[in-house]
Amino acid sequence: MTFHITVDGRSVPVVPGQTIGAALHAAGVRSWRTTRFGGRPRGLFCGIGVCFDCLISVNGRPPERACLLEAEPGDEVTTA
Amino acid sequence: MTYDLVVVGGGPAGVAGALTAALAGLRVALVDSGLRLGGQYFRHTAAPRPAAGLDRFLRQARALDARADVLLRHQVWAVSREPDGDLLVHCATRDMAAPASSPGADGRSDDAGRSGGAGLLGGAGLLGGVGRSGGAGLLGGAGSSRGDGADGRSGERAVVLRARRLLIATGAHDRPLPFPGWDLPGVLTAGGAQALLKGGGVVAGRRIVVSGTGPFLLPVASGLAGAGARVLGVYEANGGLGLARHPVLALGKAGEAAMYAAALARHRVPYRTRQAVVAAHGEREVEAVTIARLDRDWNVTATHVVECDTVAVGYGFVPQIELGTQLGCQTRHDVDGSPVLSVDATLRTTVPGVWAAGEPVGVGGWRLAELEGRLAGRAIVSDARTRPAPGSRPDRTANVSAPPADDVSTASASRAGTGLAAGSRVEAAGDVRTGALPESGGVAAVVPPLFARRRERWRAFGEALQRAYPVKPGWQGWLHDDTLVCRCEEVPLARVREAQALGATDARSIKLLARPGMGWCQGRICGYAVSCLAGEPPQPPRRPIAQPTTLGALASLTAPDAQAPDAQAPDAKAPGGATAPDDDPAH
Ligand SMILES: Cc1cc2nc3c(=O)[nH]c(=O)nc-3n(C[C@H](O)[C@H](O)[C@H](O)COP(=O)(O)OP(=O)(O)OC[C@H]3O[C@@H](n4cnc5c(N)ncnc54)[C@H](O)[C@@H]3O)c2cc1C
Ligand code: FES
Repeated sequence: MTFHITVDGRSVPVVPGQTIGAALHAAGVRSWRTTRFGGRPRGLFCGIGVCFDCLISVNGRPPERACLLEAEPGDEVTTA
Repeated sequence: MTYDLVVVGGGPAGVAGALTAALAGLRVALVDSGLRLGGQYFRHTAAPRPAAGLDRFLRQARALDARADVLLRHQVWAVSREPDGDLLVHCATRDMAAPASSPGADGRSDDAGRSGGAGLLGGAGLLGGVGRSGGAGLLGGAGSSRGDGADGRSGERAVVLRARRLLIATGAHDRPLPFPGWDLPGVLTAGGAQALLKGGGVVAGRRIVVSGTGPFLLPVASGLAGAGARVLGVYEANGGLGLARHPVLALGKAGEAAMYAAALARHRVPYRTRQAVVAAHGEREVEAVTIARLDRDWNVTATHVVECDTVAVGYGFVPQIELGTQLGCQTRHDVDGSPVLSVDATLRTTVPGVWAAGEPVGVGGWRLAELEGRLAGRAIVSDARTRPAPGSRPDRTANVSAPPADDVSTASASRAGTGLAAGSRVEAAGDVRTGALPESGGVAAVVPPLFARRRERWRAFGEALQRAYPVKPGWQGWLHDDTLVCRCEEVPLARVREAQALGATDARSIKLLARPGMGWCQGRICGYAVSCLAGEPPQPPRRPIAQPTTLGALASLTAPDAQAPDAQAPDAKAPGGATAPDDDPAH
């Protein structure tokens, strides 16, 4: 039932209906960007689209909230 | 096309309100930013396991889907008022099937051609979209409709709905408090951990510490433990009550409290009062936390370190009232100081044509939220029947009928073609059992005394919980100079104190000088803490846009008047071409 997306070239399994954030978290990838000033690592925090900590690039598109965006087969995710 | 009612929020409050109105014959659209209906409490995976409360909610959701336009993955970022009194609900979406639309001031829904001939109102395009991403989605399919977008860049575009009436059912979000290390990956809000589990079937970590205050920590901890995580402890900063004297028990909810207590005991999860996580440690992720014993005011009296990989923290909830304050709805301070929308007994706000239900009128749990959604729905139906909508035009819905009780099941059965819920009973519309709605809009008629009493009891219960689990000022002593108060703009405590030394005496001037709350989340996460540091209760949000949206979405709007409420929103300097969070000094 699962499909895969690639995260920085690495294959990550997704249960259909999961968000990109949930799939990453399940794969043990818990930080995927660094902050502008302090270069601090960030991943999911609020989990519901409120905090914007989870911003991520998907298929070359500008930052999306990983906790809201449903993963789709073939998605290429790049972490900063 | 003008809807009789647009509901923002697909949780228990929004779905109950929308369904009640749709069953009475109103033209209803419900908008939610999520992948599936459910809101926070009924959040579920794409293939949910049967569960009593959830099954019932899903029946309501299916009945709604059969009778109304359900627009998922639509984030509302503003609501504005037209000169004729109608409301424009501005959404950003990635749903390809959603038609590009922009009803102008004259009510025309132009630009229908862009989505292949589907008008805003539910032509094949939109209903198809709902069927795929909504219908399938809310039932647990994995339908896909993410688009590359009209602008080909951000993939996001604008949809504007026109409505006679609005129901704000936007729920709440967690109220976090800052502490050293709280921005390390692996630290999640309690609700965030719960959302991962409920919505994605993902256990947030292996060795988890749950901390904060309030009864919500219990379902989070027992959910995580039940799903296989090792929950090292629930640390409740308030105390004295213990589980046995938990107010949930006192208020006759013994079953629920006992269930959590039993679950925690079964998994050997200790529940400790007057203790909390006061610091998280780690290089790139959480590796350990400092747990402190606290006095009554939450000053630290002793500490010890516990190794773990995940922390779930929550100190209550912040009602989401932006859409209401944008429209000028009056607010009041709830028992815990949170600004909430003022409503009357029929859930009507102080702005004509605008109702609110659930957490935006005060945090009190999903049962209360659902009841209020139903009451608001009844009031809205009564409004549609007894008087024209705000503005001068006669209301097309003036003869909406209230269906008798059995219509509820007929309603879904008659739409068996949609494959949804044929013949199933829908308890949400149970209020319909009390008979047809009254011709006159009298309060007692719209809100039967039984409902009014029930609402009062549950509100009192919500307030009792807020009183039993306050946030005490001692947490400010957990912070160091370099502890981030604002995660987005990376503002440490020292900069807040500097601003105060320069004369900033309230949260707003602290924000202007030190910039906490000026980033992506617009103070949703740090706002409460900054108010506490400033020594004042949190103020109602004053955000010209309820959610940052992309330039692409704005560009996809075609009617200039539809952009009115956010004239200053587009700002190219934010990453990815999204609008910068509000930098307006008047903010
Ligand atoms: C993260 C989280 C998890 C929770 N989990 C539980 C739990 O497991 N058990 C429990 O008893 N209580 C839980 N709660 C408490 C819960 O909020 C309430 O009990 C109940 O869900 C409230 O119902 P509601 O209908 O008022 O709002 P919600 O259920 O919160 O529904 C609000 C809906 O509005 C949508 N929305 C908000 N703003 C916009 C916008 N601008 N545009 C479009 N859509 C929008 C949201 O996506 C959401 O679906 C949780 C709260 C939070 C914040
Ligand atoms: S985790 Fe907060 S916005 Fe995604």
